[in-house]
Amino acid sequence: MTPSSDGLAAVEFQTNWLQVLQTDFMQHAFLGGTMVALAAGLMGWFVITRQNAFAAHALAHIGFPGATGAILVGAPVTLGLAVFCVGGGLLIGLFGSRGADREVATGTVLAAATGLGVLFASLAAANASATTSVLFGNLLAISSGQLWVFGGFTALVVLTLAVLARPLVFASVDPAVAEARGVPVRALGIAFVVLLALTITMAVQVVGTLLLFALVVTPAAAALRLTARPAAVAGLAVVFAVLSVWIGLLLSAMVDLPPSFFVVAVATLIWVASLAATRERTRTWPTPAPADQPLVPARTS
Amino acid sequence: MTITSVDRTTARPRTDDALVLDGVRAVRGGRTIWSDGSLRVPTGAIVGVIGPNGAGKTTLFQLVLGLLPAAEGRIEVLGGSPRRGDRRIGYVPQNYRSAVSDAVRARDLVTLGLAGTRFGVRRISAADRARVDEALARVGATGYAEQRMSRLSGGQQQRVAIAQAIVDDAELLLLDEPLANLDLRHQHEVVELLGALREERPVTIMVVAHDLNPLLPVLTDAVYLLDGHPHHDRIDEVVQEDLLTHLYGTPIRVVRTPQGDLFTRGG
Repeated sequence: MTPSSDGLAAVEFQTNWLQVLQTDFMQHAFLGGTMVALAAGLMGWFVITRQNAFAAHALAHIGFPGATGAILVGAPVTLGLAVFCVGGGLLIGLFGSRGADREVATGTVLAAATGLGVLFASLAAANASATTSVLFGNLLAISSGQLWVFGGFTALVVLTLAVLARPLVFASVDPAVAEARGVPVRALGIAFVVLLALTITMAVQVVGTLLLFALVVTPAAAALRLTARPAAVAGLAVVFAVLSVWIGLLLSAMVDLPPSFFVVAVATLIWVASLAATRERTRTWPTPAPADQPLVPARTS
Repeated sequence: MTITSVDRTTARPRTDDALVLDGVRAVRGGRTIWSDGSLRVPTGAIVGVIGPNGAGKTTLFQLVLGLLPAAEGRIEVLGGSPRRGDRRIGYVPQNYRSAVSDAVRARDLVTLGLAGTRFGVRRISAADRARVDEALARVGATGYAEQRMSRLSGGQQQRVAIAQAIVDDAELLLLDEPLANLDLRHQHEVVELLGALREERPVTIMVVAHDLNPLLPVLTDAVYLLDGHPHHDRIDEVVQEDLLTHLYGTPIRVVRTPQGDLFTRGG
């Protein structure tokens, strides 16, 4: 890829893209990206239902100083990200669940963390490109060591979600009743934040801090537009997330540009398509509301 | 009808009471909400829980649900100490409608009332599904069971909430303002449903309400929070002009229509 005269990178079709797909870094990217998409797709429904989208976004930013700090001291980026995301998540969780308080607390922690990230990044000035890959993701730089970590995280997220599924759904959609029914709402909330932090730790390395929303929230949002059946939403969200990563990587191999853009673009297109598809349906929807059935059987006396 | 009247003054055996308070003081956030709560709610009653805003009606429910411990005194719910997660209690919280998200269908919500506390990956059994169908049918919600909660009207959402509360065969139903924000027709339907439920099964129903009128046709008893203390009495002892006027701090008249229906009105 040679810079053209006006400073734009030349975008051209790579005739050897099939070979590119067979390289180690592409194989790693596909494998790692798929695992992240699986975890992110499953978590998305809960993020939306628990109205945690902003917290998810903030957690990614909280991971930023973790990553740049790790670069600064020469520790693995994944470790730095994980420590900061989990820590930040617990911190946000401690601020309680009262809407407005939580928004302010989350936003403040987010800003403070981003500031710290900038500080670490400038202290580690020699590694500016590493900072860029934290912000925008670098799916093509996933090592086999990272793959093992991703595998462990994904297994943990999927298995834990499977075990917690029903009480977590209950606590997410109907917290007051769930608590009265004996569901450990608060403990589940903390468990959820940890799972979210692990998912974000992975996702940041795929699409970066700034684009994370597209992988953790957007696929589930699109799925939710199309259906409300819980199993179908989970399945569709995973399919959408995986498709975004796969198609994104494929396009990236074809034109030799970073995959983050394509991953996010595909996710966004799927979401827009889901909006369009359901708008069609709402137009035909106003069928008369199904008539209420009589509540009380007719008195026989 | 062979039994036309029941002597309500006879002392009932303890097991006959769905709820017993004995010298209970309710404290929330370091503040005493009410005190000296001593009362018995008989099994099978439909009880209006009334009192001005902030008197502690919802707090009473929290004590019964075991979400808040009594600062003083003894509480007995269905023959035992209040216990969070008691499956014999069905609960519909206040502002239920605004809390319900776009993400679930009516059927899912009712299913959670049955299986929402189960950890693990077991599938919902056919028997459980049948119970969910039955509860949905009982409240007349079969027609919109597959709809998202957010697409339903307020009255429909309230019915689904009640279906969730009864799906596990609750012996005690706690409904916090189930008629709030419902139009008259839907209020009437919910009230009728409560009366019918009571006729079908030995359930005790406690309803927090700021307006007694729509509930009067089915209420048998009332718990009223007066001057910082909860009291229990039969409904006709409570629907008295001086008591209600004192309770709400504004003049209230009690009117009996020629058909024998009671209602109250301001002024």
